[in-house]
Amino acid sequence: MNNNDTKSILLVGVGGQGTILASKILSEGLVRKGYDVKMSEIHGMSQRGGSVTTHVRYGTKVDSPIVSEKSADVLVAFEKIEAVRWLDYLKDDGILIVNDFEIYSLPVLMGTADYPKDVIEKLRANVSKLKVFNAAKIAEDLGNIKTQNIVLLGSLIKAMNLTSLNWESVLKELIPAKFYDINIKAFNIGLSL
Amino acid sequence: MSKRICMGNEAIALGAIAAGVKVVTGYPGTPSTEIIETFVHEKNPNVNVQWSTNEKVALEVAAGAAYAGARAMVTMKQVGLNVASDPLMCLSYIGVEGGLVVAVADDPGPWSSQTEQDTRSFARHANLPVFDPSSPEEAYEMVQEAFNLSEEFKLPVILRPTTRVCHASATVRLKDDVKQITTLGFEKRPEWCIFPSLSYVKHGELEIKQNTLSNKFDTSIFNKIFKGSRKGIAVSGVSYLYLKEVIKEFNLDVSIFKIGTPYPLPAGLAEKFVSTVDSILVIEELDPIVEEQLLILAAGRIPIFGKNTDDTPYNGEFSFEVIKKALFGYLGIENKEEPKEELPQMPMRPPVLCGGCPHRASFYAAKIATKDFKKPIYCGDIGCYTLGNAAPLNMVDTCLCMGAGITVAQGLALAEPGTKCLAFIGDSTFFHTGIPGVINAVYNNTDITIVVLDNRTTAMTGCQPHPGTGKTAMGEPAKALDIEAILRACGVEEIYTVNPFDYSESVEVFKKAVSFNGPSAVIAKAPCITLIKMPPTVHRVNESCIGCLNCINELGCPAMTPNEKGFVVINESTCTDCGLCANVCPVDAIQRGERNG
Repeated sequence: MNNNDTKSILLVGVGGQGTILASKILSEGLVRKGYDVKMSEIHGMSQRGGSVTTHVRYGTKVDSPIVSEKSADVLVAFEKIEAVRWLDYLKDDGILIVNDFEIYSLPVLMGTADYPKDVIEKLRANVSKLKVFNAAKIAEDLGNIKTQNIVLLGSLIKAMNLTSLNWESVLKELIPAKFYDINIKAFNIGLSL
Repeated sequence: MSKRICMGNEAIALGAIAAGVKVVTGYPGTPSTEIIETFVHEKNPNVNVQWSTNEKVALEVAAGAAYAGARAMVTMKQVGLNVASDPLMCLSYIGVEGGLVVAVADDPGPWSSQTEQDTRSFARHANLPVFDPSSPEEAYEMVQEAFNLSEEFKLPVILRPTTRVCHASATVRLKDDVKQITTLGFEKRPEWCIFPSLSYVKHGELEIKQNTLSNKFDTSIFNKIFKGSRKGIAVSGVSYLYLKEVIKEFNLDVSIFKIGTPYPLPAGLAEKFVSTVDSILVIEELDPIVEEQLLILAAGRIPIFGKNTDDTPYNGEFSFEVIKKALFGYLGIENKEEPKEELPQMPMRPPVLCGGCPHRASFYAAKIATKDFKKPIYCGDIGCYTLGNAAPLNMVDTCLCMGAGITVAQGLALAEPGTKCLAFIGDSTFFHTGIPGVINAVYNNTDITIVVLDNRTTAMTGCQPHPGTGKTAMGEPAKALDIEAILRACGVEEIYTVNPFDYSESVEVFKKAVSFNGPSAVIAKAPCITLIKMPPTVHRVNESCIGCLNCINELGCPAMTPNEKGFVVINESTCTDCGLCANVCPVDAIQRGERNG
């Protein structure tokens, strides 16, 4: 049994940003490519605007569905400060993809906590392989901010060198038909980032 | 045989279908909900699937089906088993004819639960066998074996997946054929009626069955010994997968006893393990079920480490890190923890009521209506609306368990006469266990105000139908039970139904209901935002905003954010045009407008 080729991806964000759908598309594609895939997600209370994570692991044979500390090959943060919250899970030479987008939690909105400043600069000081862009803005310009998850997914697939797969067919299957075109556009922009 | 990526809960449902299950019941509860949702999605014509009013009802309906020889399954979360414990305890005596699998999802962490109780302890308490899957693949196989075992021993069998099995996805090999079950129907026998004299006999039989079950489990494919060094590890549940990774990562030499049936422990296999190792570290989340049985079996012959020696924690989820620490300590390996880079602490991101959530409007109207009363107490219940406890609403002072808001409010009112106690309860929770509390308040004429937050769905678990929605689990039309009529039939005389987004009307209604001396009720009726189509209009903040932030500080709606100049901006992608914010703006700067795009 070879466990050494297992890759680990952690997607972190805020409930409602579409991290689970992005993880599902990714997992489905990886299964089609012949990998053993494990994915783990959290449902329920935290989905209502709380901090959420999904774990995706793939390889020849994967045991645990959970990414352990300092073992993520890629950490995709759908929101800026979530990148900092989960940074301990990124490998030393891992890739960090950050949506340069802020969502204020209730304590921040109420003024009982401050949204940190210079987050990207702090991340840059800690991570060498850092990719930052505003997926929310890209998605909004395309006409639907909700496609930001697919922009980020495209970028992740490029970072993991998984572009050879027919992702369009996976998207077609998992995304409702009327949103397919805009999501393909979002995906292709993500691939180019 | 086909391969499919399945969530654990899906695998459990698909396994049950392959096993020929005929009747499936349950009440939604994270992390168990998707088991029944999979049956709904699969639309298998041979399976009768129901959402039940509560877990006790669900288990009893499933038991009835199993009495008649059908294979039946009931699903719930761990705290649901508390509600269903009465029929469960009795069923272990009475038994079943057809296979009955009680699928109870545990939530170590907990991620989405009131307790971290361990259903394996419940299994031991009820003298019932329990399967503890480590993965979705194993859960698929175990559920099928659980049906066979249930029929062989004429006992309900518990399947206990945890969050990391329920909500993990993996590639599962699915059988193409479905087991054909032929039933003779219900056979009338005196043993179906529990009486003290019968219970005495059945109790004795049940104790004997524990030994037979234990022997049976010695040859179960879910229990295995992997021989290595004389350092032993006994492991149950998902921890087995983390353990495998720690062992591979650090190339460790240990003997492993992998246990898929933690109660009753396979005693023969356990004895074999005890006799081939010098010591055992037990790795299992939550209660020391395996550990205590091993301690008894080993009887001091070899040391057993685990919770009794503070080497593993009782609370919280296990992980690679937790197991690595315990294992390194056990093997005497120095655990060199690299110093972590100093990163600033990020502000908390607790879950919140959605933008446009009708619960916010109800809570706010109740808050304003009761502000002149002396110390009103707001009792909450289980659902999305528990989130009303957070600032700025601060409208949930108590939350205990399903249905307890209405009853705890009565106790508070008795202890503090003259204090106005409001009990908030969701529509699904009202049907679940709310109604007996209403009757109790009327019967004893206790001065409380029941507030039914009727959002027309079971929202927290992902919007399942309930008896008030007019739809069955399968989406077919059903009689929609009228909450107001039920309250009236229970004897409540002072009842108001209001749209919580009608702010001034709601405040008036709450004032009247709370002022009433005796049991009163307000039904705040507006659909959950996940059920509505976004309207073509939104609310917008115009240039007259003075930046007082009163809207944000009063309501805490996540659709509202201050901009860099300190004025409020409403996010159009999350604004449902509920208009609640317009009521709290002192300068009328929030107005309805056309939605962009």
